[in-house]
Amino acid sequence: MCKEQKYIIQICTGTLCHVMGGAELPALIDYLPKNLKLKVQIKGMVCANYCKDQTKKPPFVLINSELMQEADLEKIINYLQKCENNDTYQ
Amino acid sequence: MTHTNKATLTRRELLIQLCKLLKEGTIEDQIDRIPLNMRPKGNQSLRCCIHKDRAVLKYKIMALLGFNVDDETDELTSLRDYVLRAKQRKSLTSKVMTVVDEACSSCQQGSYQISNMCQGCEARPCSENCPKNAVNFINGHAEINHETCVNCGKCMNECPFHAIIYRPVPCEEACPVKAISKDEQGIEHIDHDKCIYCGKCMASCPYGAIMEKSHIIEIFQAWENGKKIIALVAPSIAAQFRQSMPKVYNAIKKIGFYDIIEVAKGAEYTIEHESQEWSEKMHSGCQFMTSSCCHAYTELVNKHISELKDKVSDTPTPMFYAGKLAKEQYSDALTVFIGPCTAKRHEAYFLENIDYTLSFEELGALLIANNIDIEKMDNEINMQFADSNVQFFAQSGGVTDAISKKTGNILQSEIINGINKASIRQLKQIAKGKTESNFIEVMSCENGCVAGVNTLIKGKQALEIFKKNQNEIGR
Repeated sequence: MCKEQKYIIQICTGTLCHVMGGAELPALIDYLPKNLKLKVQIKGMVCANYCKDQTKKPPFVLINSELMQEADLEKIINYLQKCENNDTYQ
Repeated sequence: MTHTNKATLTRRELLIQLCKLLKEGTIEDQIDRIPLNMRPKGNQSLRCCIHKDRAVLKYKIMALLGFNVDDETDELTSLRDYVLRAKQRKSLTSKVMTVVDEACSSCQQGSYQISNMCQGCEARPCSENCPKNAVNFINGHAEINHETCVNCGKCMNECPFHAIIYRPVPCEEACPVKAISKDEQGIEHIDHDKCIYCGKCMASCPYGAIMEKSHIIEIFQAWENGKKIIALVAPSIAAQFRQSMPKVYNAIKKIGFYDIIEVAKGAEYTIEHESQEWSEKMHSGCQFMTSSCCHAYTELVNKHISELKDKVSDTPTPMFYAGKLAKEQYSDALTVFIGPCTAKRHEAYFLENIDYTLSFEELGALLIANNIDIEKMDNEINMQFADSNVQFFAQSGGVTDAISKKTGNILQSEIINGINKASIRQLKQIAKGKTESNFIEVMSCENGCVAGVNTLIKGKQALEIFKKNQNEIGR
């Protein structure tokens, strides 16, 4: 299993994502459960035009290479926990 | 976890859609489609069905077009008709908020409830301690008779199993002055004789049923008519975006504002004047003076603590001075105050030099409708930033600091950080002279304007960004 910073989370800093709730996503660092705290690195990313796809909704977050739409703290944490659980069973 | 919830996001999405249509010039043809597009067929509904969802969205849009929702006379009036009416209206009203009755869930009257945690114990302290004999036992389970219950809460405090809970009505609970209450149908109404425009009801309603009446139509109309519009930007903007201040200001200019004047520039005058006023008042034997820059506070005094009236500073607010500066510089222009505050909308209505107001949410929607990404803006701007001393006005304690520096640190201050039921009691005591201080600062929002009602970011994060931005431009 990888040691540190196994998950790189990139939060879109574009104005659309910011207004639609992305503004508060960096707070993730305060809400991560103990088992994830050291494994996550949070960064900002310049708008990569994910919002140009009308079928997808902001705010956008990249977790490693996985794109998450309509991201919120709960959704991100649940996703990370699911990854962790899968790793444990494998 | 965070302060943006789904109800706030719905409001923002509506604002974005509205601004996009206004920008494209297709508002009249497309506006009635917004509720359909946001809740398409086959989609899961938030309420009982998508038709209810759509009706709620329709009336929220009506509020954003600047109408009182309860003024509707014909339910068949389309949003297109409202747009046409909005474009023709000549003036705004001082009622800045409206309740969207369709969205109000008519939460049941706040009351104490016995949960199924009740063990039907032998001691039965709930019933023993009830002063009105409103707690009875039926089949070994406590029940409250709501006809006789007076909501004192003694039963809840006494229950050893924590089986009794209080179920509040969020907006009524949040309102510090009992200005919002139910009609016979259970729908909430704002009593404008009591309302201090603090916006706490709006922020607290889990259904987003309380809406601010936007000036967005008026502002677009002004642009269409080729008017120059000057943006008067509140200092709390420094807590709203992660980009540098020059980038943010360049983005605001790109929307179409002719020039930007920092409201903090106006605050320089407020400080100057207020410091002098304070010194004079102390000389003439006044016990204390209170700040006047928070409009929700001055309304509170006017409507609810009249005994404090002569203690409130007569100095006009930073917004007043900023508007004056703008009109002196550009006599033919319109002015728009951009800030996080619902009360400022009410104040602006009475100020000659402020034409319209925009919230930070509306500013965000305007940026998005114009396809502006702040990150991609130029980091250089040619403008005169306000004095470092006054930038902290947006934070609780900032006014006190600035006046203290000006008057030579002889201020003994007390800071009322947030208007709520408890701080109102405290203010009533202060009005009776029960204070050691000679300057009282009152802010309606806890932590000050940086945590205003209409902010995109709040709390710790907002304060961090605020500090970072202040350091960056060397103030």
